[in-house]
Amino acid sequence: MVEQVERKEKIKKVFAQLYIWLLLLLMYAPILVLVVFSFTDSDVLGQWNGFTFSLYGKLFRSEAIMKAVGNTIIIALVSSAIATILGTFGAIGVYESNRHWKRTIEFTNQIPVVTPEIVLALALTVLFVFCREHFFPNFQFSFWTLLAGHLVLSTPFVYLNVKPKLEQMDPALYEAALDLGCHPRQALWKATMPEIAPGVFSGFLIAITLSLDDFIVTAFTAGPGLLSGASKISTISTYVQGVIKKHPLPPELRALCTLIFLVVVLVVVALILVNRHRKAGAVGRHQKARMKL
Amino acid sequence: MSPNEAVAKPKKNSKFRLFFRLKRRYLAIPYAIFLLLFVVLPMLMIFWYAFTDKAGNPSGEAAVAFFTTPSKWSVLLVSLFLGVQTTLICLLLGYPAAYILANKKLNRNGVLVVLFVMPMWINFVIRTGATRDLLDWIGLSGGKYPWAATLIGMVYNYLPFTILPLYTTMLKLDRSQMEAASDLGANPVQVFFKNVLPQTLPGIVSASEMVFMPVMSSYVISDTLSEGKITLFGNSIYLNFTNSQWNSGSFMAVVMLVIIAITMLITRKFDRGDATARRGGGLW
Repeated sequence: MVEQVERKEKIKKVFAQLYIWLLLLLMYAPILVLVVFSFTDSDVLGQWNGFTFSLYGKLFRSEAIMKAVGNTIIIALVSSAIATILGTFGAIGVYESNRHWKRTIEFTNQIPVVTPEIVLALALTVLFVFCREHFFPNFQFSFWTLLAGHLVLSTPFVYLNVKPKLEQMDPALYEAALDLGCHPRQALWKATMPEIAPGVFSGFLIAITLSLDDFIVTAFTAGPGLLSGASKISTISTYVQGVIKKHPLPPELRALCTLIFLVVVLVVVALILVNRHRKAGAVGRHQKARMKL
Repeated sequence: MSPNEAVAKPKKNSKFRLFFRLKRRYLAIPYAIFLLLFVVLPMLMIFWYAFTDKAGNPSGEAAVAFFTTPSKWSVLLVSLFLGVQTTLICLLLGYPAAYILANKKLNRNGVLVVLFVMPMWINFVIRTGATRDLLDWIGLSGGKYPWAATLIGMVYNYLPFTILPLYTTMLKLDRSQMEAASDLGANPVQVFFKNVLPQTLPGIVSASEMVFMPVMSSYVISDTLSEGKITLFGNSIYLNFTNSQWNSGSFMAVVMLVIIAITMLITRKFDRGDATARRGGGLW
């Protein structure tokens, strides 16, 4: 009887494992195929011409791709840095504001979160077009309009990540710092910041991922500038979309995908290791927040 | 009266500096201005353009055109249909997966969840291209089977977004309740429908929210995988954008906003705040 139950459990477990790994295999299939075929130089997927690294050379020699990668990184870093500062200060300020302001800003903060990207992108574009038609005839789409678009996308998430940390924090801490002779700026930096740092950090990471992956807002709000010079700023997303619209994925992009995958794996492993380390150190209050990370 | 005001001593006897130096709530001013300029104002602009004509005079032209042109309101039907279908398939595939992942015996340290989330960090346009090439390779090209190819692409892209909220609710699942139910004579099917499903309903709702709207408004996935044969809201708005048809594009955006408002009214009952952490918000 007991044996039968045990056997049943075991079969269940095997099926569960099988299901999970099958699903994972399907999810990773397109990426793994690209990774495998990045080490051969055939033009079509599925044809193996022998092992070679030549696609990687081609990738680094392709000026258009390198520019797109450079633009993507610049925009991601600049926009997420600004979004983090704007969102963190916003969260601190709103937390100290009266209920009326709190509710107004929080409601407004939710708008970009629940609205589809394409509506946000169109709304911004329409605003810029309106400005050009009615007030500033010389207005041009540029890096700055693109930056505004990415900030709209990511800042609300920074805000949402910092807010719970402020609510968990002991409000007396800041005041104690003031009583002990800190300048308000110092108190903010030395008492509040360490307390909300995990929220700020995860907000920053989300801002980066949103910016790196974005297609719609970039396609709508970008103008000439950055590494693209006089032509419209291209990022990885917009560049790749342009070339795959009518043709299969160019071979050198397989190499790019492999490299991105490698970076993602390294970052994930690093984050897991950092988490383990922190967990082992059992750093009390923030432990739960960091485990989520 | 906060104590930081008391500590404030006029440094260079400038009232202006005193005013701004010390109140933490003024830190929100830049963000408030930013939200006003780049969120509130653009949203108002959408409504302005939706209900005016090219010359800027009030008109219902775009609205009339939307509801009288079959190719336009069919966009609405196709988007709704594809949205519902993708959501259902994602839930059917993701629900068991989340249930298994939340089982501590099978997923001891949560690494499996990370494996499910990881593909999301690879640029989604490249992933979409890869999916299309792979489907082409196995003979399921978007030229021949646009609907199937698009559906596969959508499910592939949004499955992690389904699994994540389901997984977080499943972690809180009260397993002793399930045991109690089966001890009291409920068969596994009854335990599932009378206990597990009601317990995980909030997760199901927020998972659906994370799939439904993004699918309806997506552009790249439907455009690439159906080779331009399926037009969703996203594709339609994008087309309006490339042709500088601001009025009809804005009206489509307003229709989307209405659909959002409706879904939010329906799901508000279940929303415990975690549905707002969508679009990457729940990743970390």
